[in-house]
Amino acid sequence: MVTTKKHFFSDIRVMLGRSMRHITRSMDTIITVCITPIAMMLLFIYVLGGAIQAGTDNYVNYLLPGILLMAIASGIAYTAFRLFMDMQSGIFERFHSMPIARSAVLWGHVLTSLVSNAISVIVIILVALIMGFRSSAGIVSWLAVAGILALVTLALTWIAVIPGLTAKSIDGASAFSYPLIFLPFISSAFVPTDSMPTVVRAFAENQPVTSIVDAIRTLLSNQPVGSEIWIALAWCLGILIVAYLLAMLVYKRKAL
Amino acid sequence: MEKAIEVKNLRKSFKSAAVLKGVDFDVKRGEIFALLGSNGAGKTTIIKILATLLKPDGGTAIVNGFDVAAHSEHVRQSISLTGQFAAVDEILTGRENLIMIAKLRHLKNPRQVADDLLKRFGLVDAADRRASTYSGGMRRRLDIAMSLIGKPQLIFLDEPTTGLDPEARIEVWNVVKELANSGTTVFLTTQYLEEAEQLADQIAILHEGRIIVSGTLEELKKLFPPAKVEYVEKQPSLEELFLALIGKKEAK
Ligand SMILES: Nc1ncnc2c1ncn2[C@@H]1O[C@H](COP(=O)(O)OP(=O)(O)O)[C@@H](O)[C@H]1O
Ligand SMILES: [Mg+2]
Repeated sequence: MVTTKKHFFSDIRVMLGRSMRHITRSMDTIITVCITPIAMMLLFIYVLGGAIQAGTDNYVNYLLPGILLMAIASGIAYTAFRLFMDMQSGIFERFHSMPIARSAVLWGHVLTSLVSNAISVIVIILVALIMGFRSSAGIVSWLAVAGILALVTLALTWIAVIPGLTAKSIDGASAFSYPLIFLPFISSAFVPTDSMPTVVRAFAENQPVTSIVDAIRTLLSNQPVGSEIWIALAWCLGILIVAYLLAMLVYKRKAL
Repeated sequence: MEKAIEVKNLRKSFKSAAVLKGVDFDVKRGEIFALLGSNGAGKTTIIKILATLLKPDGGTAIVNGFDVAAHSEHVRQSISLTGQFAAVDEILTGRENLIMIAKLRHLKNPRQVADDLLKRFGLVDAADRRASTYSGGMRRRLDIAMSLIGKPQLIFLDEPTTGLDPEARIEVWNVVKELANSGTTVFLTTQYLEEAEQLADQIAILHEGRIIVSGTLEELKKLFPPAKVEYVEKQPSLEELFLALIGKKEAK
């Protein structure tokens, strides 16, 4: 008991180092994660942008928050994938038969997800800058944006842990992320919700993506934030706590 | 405390299928104990229970003096598991795999530990290649090397030579003998009578959920009708032939 607790953080550091190596040795996963959102951004701006009435003179600014959420939603599928591969390879059993805190094994994957998604987010923001994204936000607003994105990543990653631990096949392990990737389409991410039919609009305005996207957009455009940021934070924390508890439950079942 | 493992009336079922129906055996400290059984007999299930990866349905299992269900943390301090399928990280190099485990065992000098093991297991040349490029035998050696880190008192080896070519098998045998000479208790499972014969101080045969016989090789041999003496020309076994051809006949 005592020894595993004492080494908890150093064990997490070793686990983080391990899965970060997995990422740096397969940079293609980060590129894959970035490509679809960037393609979406190109499509919306250069093909559909002219026809969309977003009520803004800089559509890249409008679009970016939703695109970032899409990138994170597809990025976490790799966490599920890496967990699944670990379960398959037997390396989990080795770790679990060693005197290390079992949750350290999961936390290694979760922290890795935070780092790799941060890399994709930065890459996409750089591309957006080239495409005309401009922000007047100060350092505090940017830090708030980073905080929200980190919270979103954590919440979605803990969701990803569940299929990662329970899936029967590789495809099963990542299929869960498709609905998440498409959730931004029925939100204020690409077009304002006022233009949507009543039922869709009711869904769009009350699902987490809209409040998160609106909060980030407000922060980036340096406007005073209203209640949307609290709703966004409540969503993120709520999902994070529920997903964490569920994932831990599944993990305890799996790992004795 | 004389015993490394004490198993009494161990039972385990998956859904409705009873795999272990009351298994009893003891393993003394410092011996090589071979659990022999055909495919699906429940060998891996026993190892997983003893290595605290699986809860038994009934009975008791005491490892190094600690009950596996009640004191799994203490059990984990003193054991090491080499599972049926090599549990190495394929994306890391051999050296990185060893350093990782040394760090997780909180050893003082992980790099030195890794260097020593690479030498001992003939993996120096491959040390900085990814484990995914290793042959089956190399992977198994790395796997076993990872299990030795931190000098656990008891090592579980689940079918350590299944799927290996004869040469690699003999390398693994030598490692196991060396381990036992250094005082480590070795619990291994195998499907091959010959492997048990080669290595084990004690042999137990698992069949239909129970240990049907156990004892030393001599004791087991006495259970069978005495060997008849026949004069036949001794043909070399396929294994001897193979090893002679590749010039490794000293290995036995
Ligand atoms: N997690 C599991 N769920 C259901 N059945 C299992 C599980 N693990 C093992 N079994 C079954 O238990 C039996 C014994 O398996 P195992 O211990 O792996 O045998 P061995 O290692 O001797 O080949 C097999 O019939 C196998 O199908
Ligand atoms: Mg087995």
